[in-house]
Amino acid sequence: MKGILGKKLGMTQVFTEDGRLIPVTIIEAGPARVVQKKEKDKDGYEALQVGFDEIRKEKNITKPMKGHFKKTSSPAFRFLKEMQVEGFNAGDNITVDIFSSGDKVAITGTSKGKGFQGVMKRHNYKGGPGSHGSMFNRAPGSIGQSSYPSRVWKNTALPGHMGDERVTVKNLEIFDVRKEQNLMLVKGAVPGANGGYLIIKSKSPVAAKEN
Amino acid sequence: MDAIKVIEEGYKKEIQPFRVGDTISVSMKIKEGEKERVQTFTGICIARKGSGTRETFMVRKISYGIGVEKIFPLLSPLIEQIKVVRHGDVRRAKLYYLRGKKGKAAKVKEKAFSRK
Repeated sequence: MKGILGKKLGMTQVFTEDGRLIPVTIIEAGPARVVQKKEKDKDGYEALQVGFDEIRKEKNITKPMKGHFKKTSSPAFRFLKEMQVEGFNAGDNITVDIFSSGDKVAITGTSKGKGFQGVMKRHNYKGGPGSHGSMFNRAPGSIGQSSYPSRVWKNTALPGHMGDERVTVKNLEIFDVRKEQNLMLVKGAVPGANGGYLIIKSKSPVAAKEN
Repeated sequence: MDAIKVIEEGYKKEIQPFRVGDTISVSMKIKEGEKERVQTFTGICIARKGSGTRETFMVRKISYGIGVEKIFPLLSPLIEQIKVVRHGDVRRAKLYYLRGKKGKAAKVKEKAFSRK
């Protein structure tokens, strides 16, 4: 499986040669550095710890982090993630050109936080009529029965905090890869706000194993 | 944001400058099955909208007595050429008022100094 870390820069629209206008998300992908290699004998599983987005100011790096990065003589990174990617060793840099245009990828990010939201926005409840004297507008309505179960079932959809959670979008098509600028153009939208961190993987790990 | 601008810059192309009110003729490549030909659409530019790769312009003409409007993406690779036929003198950015007018009232004054 192939994988890289990135940052969402924003969206725009771009023309294809045959004149179609395509919405794309621009992602600054890599160079991501392999900071540590987890091994079966030592750690019980195999994975790469990959870092992205360098911390430039010395005072923002804690001492334990400094020691950790020193092992591979790499700069300190803000975003560290473990990925099961093959073909790289500790100290290697992963760059965008592992992907090419036309590839399908799965992108994981943190969705925009929506705050405390009611049941209509959060769980797509229908709500009540807006007018004609109706006093049942956006309320959830009944959440259970009386004698049995006499309690609210677990996982009942109720108001609460929405957004700001991990979201993966699968099967996004890569429109273009620009190696010199470390940019990747992906067709369609990607979870999270501009400037948010992303994990970009070629399909799911399960699909990768089958090949 | 800078990287977005750089990418949009890559789609820029040479276009003869034109403004709202100008009569322009747009040559557009059209694919019919296997064959490709160029179609021109001549009329008054009544609006320009957006910026970067999203910029569009709207052209209005009267075709056999019926008003026809077409919106083109400014940077579309299908547009071969945009030619200014006549410079118009207008005081508005959007000429939607032309839609309600007929005959002489639906005309745009020509810019005095730009006569060629």
